[in-house]
Amino acid sequence: MALDMSAKAAGPIPLDVSFRVAPGELMALVGHSGSGKTTILRSIAGLWTPAHANISVSGEPWLDTETGVDLPAHRRRVGIVFQSYALFPHMSALANVVAAMGHVPRRDKVDKAMELLSLVNLPGLEHRKPAALSGGQQQRVALARALAREPAALLLDEPFSAVDRATRQILYRELRALRSHLRMPTVLVTHDLEEARELADRIVVIEHGRLVRTGTTAEIMFDPAALRAMGLRDLVSVLPAAVEAHEHDGLTRLSTPAGQIWLPGLDASPGARVQVRIHAHEVIVARQRPQEISALNVLPAVVKGLAEGDGPGAVVRLDLAGHELLARITARSVHALSLEEGAPCFAILKSMAVARDDVQHDAS
Amino acid sequence: MDWTALWLSLRLAGWTVLILLPLSILLGRLLAYRRFRGKGFTEALIMLPLVMPPTVFGFYLLVAFGANSPVGGIWQSLVGRQLVFSFEGLVLASVVLNLPFAIQPAQRGFEAIPTEVREAAQCCGLSPLRSLLKVELPLAWPGLLTAMVLTFAHTLGEFGVVLMVGGSIPGETKTIAIAIYDRVQAFDDQSAAIMSAVLLAISLATISLTFWLSARVGRRLG
Repeated sequence: MALDMSAKAAGPIPLDVSFRVAPGELMALVGHSGSGKTTILRSIAGLWTPAHANISVSGEPWLDTETGVDLPAHRRRVGIVFQSYALFPHMSALANVVAAMGHVPRRDKVDKAMELLSLVNLPGLEHRKPAALSGGQQQRVALARALAREPAALLLDEPFSAVDRATRQILYRELRALRSHLRMPTVLVTHDLEEARELADRIVVIEHGRLVRTGTTAEIMFDPAALRAMGLRDLVSVLPAAVEAHEHDGLTRLSTPAGQIWLPGLDASPGARVQVRIHAHEVIVARQRPQEISALNVLPAVVKGLAEGDGPGAVVRLDLAGHELLARITARSVHALSLEEGAPCFAILKSMAVARDDVQHDAS
Repeated sequence: MDWTALWLSLRLAGWTVLILLPLSILLGRLLAYRRFRGKGFTEALIMLPLVMPPTVFGFYLLVAFGANSPVGGIWQSLVGRQLVFSFEGLVLASVVLNLPFAIQPAQRGFEAIPTEVREAAQCCGLSPLRSLLKVELPLAWPGLLTAMVLTFAHTLGEFGVVLMVGGSIPGETKTIAIAIYDRVQAFDDQSAAIMSAVLLAISLATISLTFWLSARVGRRLG
């Protein structure tokens, strides 16, 4: 039940890739817009034909430009969730799911569709039209519709980009839970490394239609070429924290496993648990606790790992009482401070470097 | 009141719509989805009847339908009747004349369907025919309805081309629009007024029906 693909094309979208996705595996294709990741997905679905390509799923050839095999899209057993969901606007949620059940006997269709809608946590809304559903609900209908075909390959094209961050976290959790039911290979296209880290077994970084790097999240994050391909701003770590108090000068005091931090005033009552997203390029590393410094947040840490690129930059993985914090600093500083694995240090973070949008309330 | 002329006009409009409906689905869909060489030229050609003087257009059709022309010749050898000054010739002229009124709105209707929705239909396993019936037609339907109503109303009112190609043979090519002209020429203002009022009522009814139907469609999609 594996998905095998190799493709080569000069234009209009250059492609030169080859990969295999195992049954039950979720592979994330990560890259900038225009990197060719969506083109790969569309090629698998049969919506685009590269000049030279070979695509087979479960051993069945779907496309082989050598021998002239080219199964039309409607005969490839794929389930696809589009970025815009592309639900049929004139059909109810239920009818949307039923529409993909051409292979199911007529009398079983509605039961099966209802089963799928409850699998994606959408009970009671089956008679609503897409326009009467929220973004997250539409996404669930689209996922149920994709699964309705009992696909041999599941394709997800930026399926979370149109919902707000809180909903996205819920949908991530649901997809992770759903995956135990899925035995087909799944390809997720995203530009968000964090999303890939949340969901994927394996990440493939793609740039100009080529695979730059394949590996686990940890491996990818320490590959300078891969980071360059994705854009460094995507490097973010998440620190759990609890709101302690709102102080009179507008700052909110929070406690983290590594100590207290202060952030610009939050809309959360004391005791609330939050996740703070910290951008790696906003973190400063010092060997000694700095004195008379404007930054309010200084947390003790230990260097867990290092990655230097060909350029002047480096990524330092810090251990903050069991939580990982990433810092993007110069290679020069790495050497000047002799930062190496096990070295004790301090992570410094300006309060004002954390935007309100970076703090997310824990749903659970 | 010339009932024969009214019935002829309605028959003419009906046939025109009947022939143009599948044609506008086919061509409208092609122009909406595909890119090909000469697409711009094709679109311009379809729009031509809109800007050409009816007499000029009628003259060329008259020449094209004549027994000496390929079209007229083939028709005569197949049917044994001449195409000009016949009801069939009138239908053919009306179809060509109404191409812009039928195909333009149909094309816009198909263009309004997001590409991803059509692709989703394919990825749901719907064959091109099933995709057309279950997804595209229900969504492009307001455009197609507009196309057919415009065609119907426009055919009822057409005068110049009908006169050129059909002449004014009662029961064969004398439409209600020509009958009105005829009555006015004969100073029979009363008949002209009644027939004009009937034509106005029919036009009003068709347009109202369209608005009512598209409002229903709008609610269905909302």
